[in-house]
Amino acid sequence: MPAGNAGTVKSAPQYTKYHPRWYRPRVSVYWWLGEWHYLKFILRELSSVFVAICVVETLLLIRALSNGVEAYASFVHTLRNPLVVLLNIISLFFVVFHSVTWFNLAPSAMPVRMGGKRVPDVLVAAPSYGAWLMISAFIAWVVLQ
Amino acid sequence: MNGNRSKEETKPSSEAFFWVLFSAGGVVAALLIPIHLLLLLLAIPLGWVQPPSYDHLMSLLHMPLVRLYLFVLCALPLFHWAHRFRFTLYDGLKVKHLNEIIFVICYGGAVVGTLAAAYLLWRVP
Amino acid sequence: MAEKITIEVARYSPERDTEPHFQSYQVPVHKEWVVLDALNYIKDTQDGTLTYRWSCRMGICGSCGMMVNGEPKLTCATFLSTYSNVGAKIRVEPLRYFPIVRDLVTELGDFLAKLKKAKPWLIRKQEMPLSQGEYLQKPEQLDQYKQFSMCINCTLCYAACPVVGLDPVFIGPAALALAQRYNLDSRDEGAAERTAQLAHPDGVWGCTFVGECTRVCPKHVDPAGAIQQYKLASVVAWLKSFVMPRGHES
Repeated sequence: MPAGNAGTVKSAPQYTKYHPRWYRPRVSVYWWLGEWHYLKFILRELSSVFVAICVVETLLLIRALSNGVEAYASFVHTLRNPLVVLLNIISLFFVVFHSVTWFNLAPSAMPVRMGGKRVPDVLVAAPSYGAWLMISAFIAWVVLQ
Repeated sequence: MNGNRSKEETKPSSEAFFWVLFSAGGVVAALLIPIHLLLLLLAIPLGWVQPPSYDHLMSLLHMPLVRLYLFVLCALPLFHWAHRFRFTLYDGLKVKHLNEIIFVICYGGAVVGTLAAAYLLWRVP
Repeated sequence: MAEKITIEVARYSPERDTEPHFQSYQVPVHKEWVVLDALNYIKDTQDGTLTYRWSCRMGICGSCGMMVNGEPKLTCATFLSTYSNVGAKIRVEPLRYFPIVRDLVTELGDFLAKLKKAKPWLIRKQEMPLSQGEYLQKPEQLDQYKQFSMCINCTLCYAACPVVGLDPVFIGPAALALAQRYNLDSRDEGAAERTAQLAHPDGVWGCTFVGECTRVCPKHVDPAGAIQQYKLASVVAWLKSFVMPRGHES
């Protein structure tokens, strides 16, 4: 690459002085559709939207309960609407997806070492699944008594 | 060794705070949201299980511990959503240049939801 | 296994082109050949103008990283036989999210500057005098950071990470893993000094744990894991900055 002597360097359109023009590819706003791994990542992140939807529905449920028997019955009736059922089934898929990906990835942030060796992430995640199951069973028992 | 570096430069970013909220919310959401969704929003309305009586649900709701639990159940996952959605907008829609508006919408939304939860749980008769 | 395979290579010459285009070559398939062998065959026998980086051809120098059928790979470690069904094509492009200098060669100056931001050297408040001998380190102490020290700077993780592509200022997986490698080294006392550049929205907080970097890393460094650990450490550092606002060098 000719350095120095600016007078003899031809400034052809694709050249800047002293180095050729690099090609800089643009990242499309649809980058996440290009690859399954990227799409899976975005879906994982969007699961947080369904978590938020569940929270909003829970707040509406609490409001309905506070407003009396008829309000609660009417709310339950709304929950039976096919569109709402569809939304909630899709939400269920996404919040479970959140739980599974969360338990699987959390051990990366807190590596556990026993006897000088690293415990495999699978074993570190297992107690979370156990806790998840037990807590869920307990809540079901409390509510359905 | 630090030379003339100002305190601002060496201070760790406050992003740490939002990440802690996100993490706490993520744990709460992962452990508790699925069963609540399954039970209260699907199984009971659709009759997959014997529905609990209104009185039983109200007796649960009356307990201060239950209301505190429900507050945490609602508030923390909302902040989890706020943080995650904010970054999804940055990366997914490439709108990082709108970061101030996005920040306000996301965390503002979480704050509004948290206040709503506090109010609704406070006014349980 | 087919006898010949088509290799589509991205070509870009700043003298002639305004953007890259593809050129196809036919390459014989030998059982033990890798994509790098195919590129060398093309350069030796068909098209001497093909330009690319390579060196050790055994997966340790990190020079030969390229996109092979849309995946960041070391071409010296990617066998042709993986792709050689009848009619299969191999598409070779320069690593994603980097400026392209020519053909398959990417510009790495930005990457090297980011590595430097991690201050990848042992930082001591006080150097031990020579008379005290070497810094001793137990095997358990080595085990703390050894995985993160295996990085060969091949930049496959940068080609995999969407945040690198979307935010050119983001420091990136390899630099952050490297910083964590030094933070975890028992001989190092520089964690606080690295905090400035790295516990920062363009540093560790830019990472959204996509996890692609770990998936493509040829040396199993797990940069994503390093970054999550660094996030946790940054939280501790941030909390400490309240408890000890002055002189928080710990």
